[in-house]
Amino acid sequence: MDPTGSTIELSIDSDFQFVELVASVTDSITQLVGFGPEEAYWIGLSVRESVINAIKHGNKLDVKKPVEVKFVISDDQIVIYVKDFGEGFDPSCVPNPLDPVNLLNPNGRGIFYMRTFMDEVDFQTPSSGGTVVVMRKRKTAKTTGL
Amino acid sequence: MSLVINQRTIGEVTILDLSGKITIGVGNVQLREAIKKLLEAGNKKILLNLADVSYVDSSGIGELVHSFTTTSNAGGTLKLLNLTKKIQDLLAITKLLTVFETFSNEDEAVASFK
Repeated sequence: MDPTGSTIELSIDSDFQFVELVASVTDSITQLVGFGPEEAYWIGLSVRESVINAIKHGNKLDVKKPVEVKFVISDDQIVIYVKDFGEGFDPSCVPNPLDPVNLLNPNGRGIFYMRTFMDEVDFQTPSSGGTVVVMRKRKTAKTTGL
Repeated sequence: MSLVINQRTIGEVTILDLSGKITIGVGNVQLREAIKKLLEAGNKKILLNLADVSYVDSSGIGELVHSFTTTSNAGGTLKLLNLTKKIQDLLAITKLLTVFETFSNEDEAVASFK
């Protein structure tokens, strides 16, 4: 693999039926990079959560608005960009799901899971609008064979 | 594969054997409907068997929480049986193992309702 990075991009309509498609592509890519099954599982879950948020909260289920997913891969890491075309998003407004008052809230755990399972999660608001979620996962010493 | 729900009864306890995925737009609605029907029928001791649940995302975890609160609000009790390792991890890191009563043995789970 090119150590400087290869890029895979796809774009889906804001319809939950396409979440599985993105998840399948993610599984193939994490396998290609060489992540172990445990890491690959949680990367897949994080991508799924991010795409669901983009469809539901970003594009507000407007099927005319796409969700763009970009994977930048190299020998030792994967960086995933998930872009929606909504009105922007302030991650600091998301309630802490571990707060006792929120424990029984059926919603609000997706971003927490993403932050738990990925090494870095960043939310960017480009001047062109929408939100880009950037998630990075590095291969561990175990999976890189060091 | 969507969620398949098989219902059986042991004494006063209704066991729902769940098989498949509980994710957004897939299994969450089916589970919600199943719980609603049980409560409307007066079945308030509910055990969810998760042994054959292949995948759960945050929406699925949220649906388990919703099932729990709906049952509790109706004066019932909902417990979990046979958590997969992945579901256990998802519940643990969001402190939900402190909310749910969980079992790995069906007989013990059923007996706990008495």
